[in-house]
Amino acid sequence: MKMTQLARGKSVEQSQAEAGAEQPWLETLRRAGAARFARVGYPQRTDENWRLTNVSAIARMNFVPATPEISDEATELARQASFGADAVAELVFVNGHFAESLSRVVKLPRGATVETIAQMRASDGAVLSPNLGQVADIEDSPFIALNTGSFEDGAVLHVGRSVQIEKPIHLLFVSTKDGVEPTRSFPRVLVVAEDNCEFTLVESFVGGRGVHLTNSVTEITAGKDCRINYNRLQRGGDEAFAMAALTARLGRGSRFVSHAATLGGKMTRNELKVAMAGEGADATINGVVILSGDQHCDNQTLLDHAAPHCPSHELYKHVLDGKSTCVFKGKILVRPGAQKTDSKQTSKSLLLSDDARMNSQPALEIYADDVKCTHGSTTGPVDEEMVFYLRSRGVGMVAARHLLTYAFAADVTRRIKVEPVRRRLEDFLAAQHGLPRDLRITDLGAHDEKAR
Amino acid sequence: MPLLEIKDLHARVAAPGGRDILKGVNLSIQASEVHAIMGKNGSGKSTLAQVLAGRETYEVTQGSVQYDGKDLLELSAEERAREGVFLAFQYPVEIPGVSTDYFLKAAVNAARIHRGEPEMDAVSFLKLIREKMALLKMDPSFMKRAINEGFSGGEKKRNEIFQMAVCDPRLALMDETDSGLDIDALKVVASGANSLRGPGRAILVVTHYQRLLNYIVPDYVHVMLDGRIAKSGDKNLAMELEERGYDWVERQVAAGV
Repeated sequence: MKMTQLARGKSVEQSQAEAGAEQPWLETLRRAGAARFARVGYPQRTDENWRLTNVSAIARMNFVPATPEISDEATELARQASFGADAVAELVFVNGHFAESLSRVVKLPRGATVETIAQMRASDGAVLSPNLGQVADIEDSPFIALNTGSFEDGAVLHVGRSVQIEKPIHLLFVSTKDGVEPTRSFPRVLVVAEDNCEFTLVESFVGGRGVHLTNSVTEITAGKDCRINYNRLQRGGDEAFAMAALTARLGRGSRFVSHAATLGGKMTRNELKVAMAGEGADATINGVVILSGDQHCDNQTLLDHAAPHCPSHELYKHVLDGKSTCVFKGKILVRPGAQKTDSKQTSKSLLLSDDARMNSQPALEIYADDVKCTHGSTTGPVDEEMVFYLRSRGVGMVAARHLLTYAFAADVTRRIKVEPVRRRLEDFLAAQHGLPRDLRITDLGAHDEKAR
Repeated sequence: MPLLEIKDLHARVAAPGGRDILKGVNLSIQASEVHAIMGKNGSGKSTLAQVLAGRETYEVTQGSVQYDGKDLLELSAEERAREGVFLAFQYPVEIPGVSTDYFLKAAVNAARIHRGEPEMDAVSFLKLIREKMALLKMDPSFMKRAINEGFSGGEKKRNEIFQMAVCDPRLALMDETDSGLDIDALKVVASGANSLRGPGRAILVVTHYQRLLNYIVPDYVHVMLDGRIAKSGDKNLAMELEERGYDWVERQVAAGV
């Protein structure tokens, strides 16, 4: 069975024996996840949600759990991805194991904590037990079930009522292949935001050489009037599989802004679901995907309007080169009673080669009658009118194309308020497209009006 | 020797079965001269400007263009720009994400590198920009905005002439710069263009209406008709066209006058 292959190595029971007695609630959660995955198995292409992403390569692979050892490669990757003093705290996990030596754990402002799941489990279950697994539903996706049944460690961020944290909290997950066999890891993150708090969270996923699977789940539960700035930076290695899920539930008047970037990786799947559960909750989810070679990325987003007067905005941009393939499926669900919903979704794709393929599918499901929902999708090559305009001023053809590619992506990156994230994206783009590294064409000030 | 010498230029839309648009244009422009090309819509006047700037959607099928002793048609669009040819667009393109100052710095330096000169330093560039912005009465915030993004029609045209002033071309092609301008904007744009008049620089103004030529007074006026220059004269020809319309020239040509 597929499950036995994955669980080769250390079983859940063995881990528990080492970590001391598992709390009953946690054991129940894990068993439920494992049982769900054992029942449904890896998704098949006959499943409508997985029609365009074939995970049979993952199913066939003999993944083994990674050891807690930190290789030189992992150390170097962590060093490159570190925010240093730009983050208020930085927790680093290597192949799912907490790497204390690479982390910078400091005290957050009073009323807020960031810890590893293992630490929090040992000290206090008051945050963990009522919340873990409550927002990320194991029935939503086989990979949420798999993670829930398999995770060993991760991070818990708890931001208390009215606490404001200015600098970003950085969670950095490094995945590498250690040894001969392909390795897998199951990062798990829980964020509990209490009423009227404000903070910025960045999750970086960095992949090194070799075949590995990172199956991550992040769940965010927000009370009333929270302001959450969430950022995800995925930079996969050439043989990296990333199966990720992010689920957020927003209480009344809470605002959630997400920027997600996927740069490379062999196969990436991101499931992003935001439930606006309270009146006036507000979600903005933006994304940028940069692929080349035979890389594949599949973004599935769901804006779940469960309460009235909730605005939501979504802008995803994709830059596809080589033979890369990309899927964007954006669903807006307006439940009965979610009147005055105002939702706008845009997906734009730039094809840099004839062999790149984009599949963009908007999906609206509306069960209320007084709502405004719009969606738009464009896919095409670089605009030749723009190229000629630049050339007519003396900018060379190749440079003009590079500049326009950069600018296309910058439409999203310029909205990112976290400087270390924006800088990394700009550097990546500039390096990939032969532009000088000091190129900074994004300008926050001038775009504030539109950049929300 | 003229700065620009066009001989028997034929061009068509670069597509299978593409329409012939230019059908034998002859035109000679000396440095320091201002020429206006007038004509009805579809006469080929804008195509001529585009072909001279190197737009590849048109294919030259016959004839020659000498610019400053070089075969202009052999040069790519960017090489022409670096050699001092500038096209002010009829419909300037919006380019989200590229700020005007970054773009202009790249343009100015591309020409300098082409001439074997060092790139312009930040301070000199800023000085140049400020001077030209004042000339075109532009808000300095334009520089930080993406090229033409969200600009009104008038602002876009003003931006074209501003860029023209910054790029300091030897041959300035103004393609229907007056369209969409109110009278105040027209005056600003015209004074910007007039400031570029002088020895060593030629300006070719393409326009449908005589109005612009009240402000940019040309040395020569040409009427384009069905892909050829049908009549040439001085600024009084523009006045006559304004009064009598283009049909009068058509009738003259048909009558073989």
